[in-house]
Amino acid sequence: MDTLLVGLAGVVALSTPVVLATLGEILTERAGVINLALNGTILLSAMTGFAVAVNSGSLLWGFLAGGTVGMTVALLVTFTSLTLGQSQVAVGFVLTLLTRDLSYFLGNPYMGKQGPRLPHWPLPVLQDIPILGPLLFRHDLMVYLSYVVILGMWFWFFYTRPGLILRGLGERPAAAYVRGARVRELRYLYAALGGFLAGLAGPAYSLSVKAGWKGTISGLDGIGWIALALTIFGGWHPLRGALGAYLFGLLQWLSLVLQPQLKDIPSQVLQVAPFPTMILLLLFVNIGNTEWMQRTLAGLPPEVRRLVERALRALQVSPPAALGKVFREE
Amino acid sequence: MRVELRNIHKHFGPVHANAGITLTFEEGKIHGLLGENGAGKSTLMKILSGFYRPDDGEIYLDGQRVSFHHPADALRQGVGMLHQDPLDFPVMTVLENFMAGSPGGMVPDKRKARKSLKTLGEQFGFHLDPDATVASLTVGERQQLEILRLLWLGARVLIFDEPTTGISAQQKERLFQALRQLASEGRTIIFVTHKLYEVQELCDTAAVLRLGKLMGRRTAPYDLDDLVKLMFGRVLKMERKPAVPLGEPIFRVEDLAVESARVRIRNVYLEVRAGEVIGLAGMEGSGQRYLLRACAGLLRPTSGRVWFRGREMTGRSYLDFYQAGATYLPATRLEEGLLPGLRVADHLVLTRGSRGFFVNERHARDLAQEAIRTFNIRGRPDSMVEALSGGNQQRLLLSLLRPNLSLLFLEHPTRGLDMESTLWVWEQLLERCRQGTAIFFMSSDLDELLNYSDRILVFFAGQVSAPIPAEELDTESLGRLIGGYGFVPVEEAQTMSVGEAAHAR
Repeated sequence: MDTLLVGLAGVVALSTPVVLATLGEILTERAGVINLALNGTILLSAMTGFAVAVNSGSLLWGFLAGGTVGMTVALLVTFTSLTLGQSQVAVGFVLTLLTRDLSYFLGNPYMGKQGPRLPHWPLPVLQDIPILGPLLFRHDLMVYLSYVVILGMWFWFFYTRPGLILRGLGERPAAAYVRGARVRELRYLYAALGGFLAGLAGPAYSLSVKAGWKGTISGLDGIGWIALALTIFGGWHPLRGALGAYLFGLLQWLSLVLQPQLKDIPSQVLQVAPFPTMILLLLFVNIGNTEWMQRTLAGLPPEVRRLVERALRALQVSPPAALGKVFREE
Repeated sequence: MRVELRNIHKHFGPVHANAGITLTFEEGKIHGLLGENGAGKSTLMKILSGFYRPDDGEIYLDGQRVSFHHPADALRQGVGMLHQDPLDFPVMTVLENFMAGSPGGMVPDKRKARKSLKTLGEQFGFHLDPDATVASLTVGERQQLEILRLLWLGARVLIFDEPTTGISAQQKERLFQALRQLASEGRTIIFVTHKLYEVQELCDTAAVLRLGKLMGRRTAPYDLDDLVKLMFGRVLKMERKPAVPLGEPIFRVEDLAVESARVRIRNVYLEVRAGEVIGLAGMEGSGQRYLLRACAGLLRPTSGRVWFRGREMTGRSYLDFYQAGATYLPATRLEEGLLPGLRVADHLVLTRGSRGFFVNERHARDLAQEAIRTFNIRGRPDSMVEALSGGNQQRLLLSLLRPNLSLLFLEHPTRGLDMESTLWVWEQLLERCRQGTAIFFMSSDLDELLNYSDRILVFFAGQVSAPIPAEELDTESLGRLIGGYGFVPVEEAQTMSVGEAAHAR
């Protein structure tokens, strides 16, 4: 039991960078901007955060530097799109390659260096709750920060006035505009905030999960793409996005744990298993859209039908309608 | 609130959309703003509601000079606009839409908003479920929501841009009632339209715009011919379909049924002859589209059999129908009918060009030029289709039709079109009837249905009536049937004697 808890607590810690990156992207995309530079951004911010922390001796400066890198890249994507009218997708792709190479190039002197690491800081009282305590509250500050971000973002989206407008920004900017929103300014703001969060994912790795800068073998390369996929799987919803990130971490952990037990299955299969599992999940989520399902539903008694329809609708996800589109005020 | 526009000018590139318009709107009245598509009505109203800034000219509210930098500015001063396609968030709930953009603290008071929505709605007989998503509402209900929202935020001048496009006759009646009520409470109502009978029915005054200029101002009662002349510079009238000798039966359905979660169309028997026009009437979403699409092979019927030109086509796809001589023109012209991102010339090449591998640019241009000339399309061969106006998109679609069609399915053939374009479209369609094309069309315009159909199928709440000859109906009786009064679904009608069915009607 205890080993299982320790393992699961490890999953929570390991998933934190993915959670932060996913939530950052959700925030950005809800406002209508796609930041495809996520993967390179996270590498560059991990390297920068580590380097700054090593040189300054301050973890705080390290995290701030990582966040700033993320914000800068996000602002570049936003500027080329909203102000210069270029494609967000193309710019994002180019920037993700650029920042990735840049991180390996600039990070060379720091390869394998010893550096500071964010200390564990079990929360008093909370850590003694059975099961939940060891699972959630014996981590470091970044993990706690990620909880705050998850809950805060969920509250902001669905319970506040600015949150209503934010959801509208990516959905129908013209409608947000007539409701008093400064569409362009708000998009810049949310893209910057989302970029900052995604930027924190880097140092959350290089100063906490696996401290240090290890270049290509860091195991960090790729989580940006996973976060982009989780944004979609999570239906642009902070809770579902975070859940997806933890689920993905869990699947990865399981494939490691189960490997010795399942000797017949090649280890590569287990390593990539989380990916098709996520795709199957997406298929399930969208089953309500199929004609076949509609037909089946039509045959059910009305009360049952309404229940099933509601359940299916709750599962369904659709992207913000104006995602990646530029809106011009007259 | 008294609204005064003085000498308003607005240019879009080389187009002078508003050329020095001066107009006053008194409070407590409904003011019609009349003009054909592209006359500058929407531009003028977007200036008044803060969406556009005028190049020149002044706006006065109750004698005070104002200038708006943002639509929210205008609303704060009391001017609210209901856009043609309601500017709302479809994925959010009614209540969330109602609250979005309202002033106040960080966390909105949901309970208060819910109560306001309910009490305001009750004043006008608008019953909206606060927790339904806006995507599940009809256009009419989305308008109702926008009206309530604007009133809640304190609008004293309300602008309605073509509000009757895409809503049912019953919802229109309710809308008009609400507008009269708002005016009687002292609000200023501006009603933008290109439909004369709406002005006649509703408006206390009418200002007519043509080509960006004010052509004249009239007060009720109106001389219709006079208004038409102001609008178009000449007189136009909707004529009844001339008697065309009908040909052979070319299309037949037997015991057709189409069912889904909302629709229960059963027992449809119908035989259509060459040159015949069948109108599908009903409120938006009553099932017309399902039957129309099932007849064209775009939707698989639950049961029943279909024959087209002597061949059984049950269960065949649209492609088979198309190859046998049928064509379907959807109401969403840009989404389903045309290819956004391609030019007018590209569309003609795709439908009519030579079958070679390479595109002959000169030939493409020639084809496009010819279509533009014969079909009066306002655009160039190089114009992207999404840049054309709705009327010109419909003209382009008509120009793409093959010459010898047997059967033509149309969803809302004249939706959003002005009178001149409407008449022109039907001139083309009736010419095809004379050549033996049978037409199936759905519409929410009662006059269009009555004037051009030979027989009408009425839809109500997902069920369909037996075909009714158009000459047995008038605007009033058709309107009642659409609203469900005296409506008899075909499956029940068959168990009644003929006399009973006639009596029920």
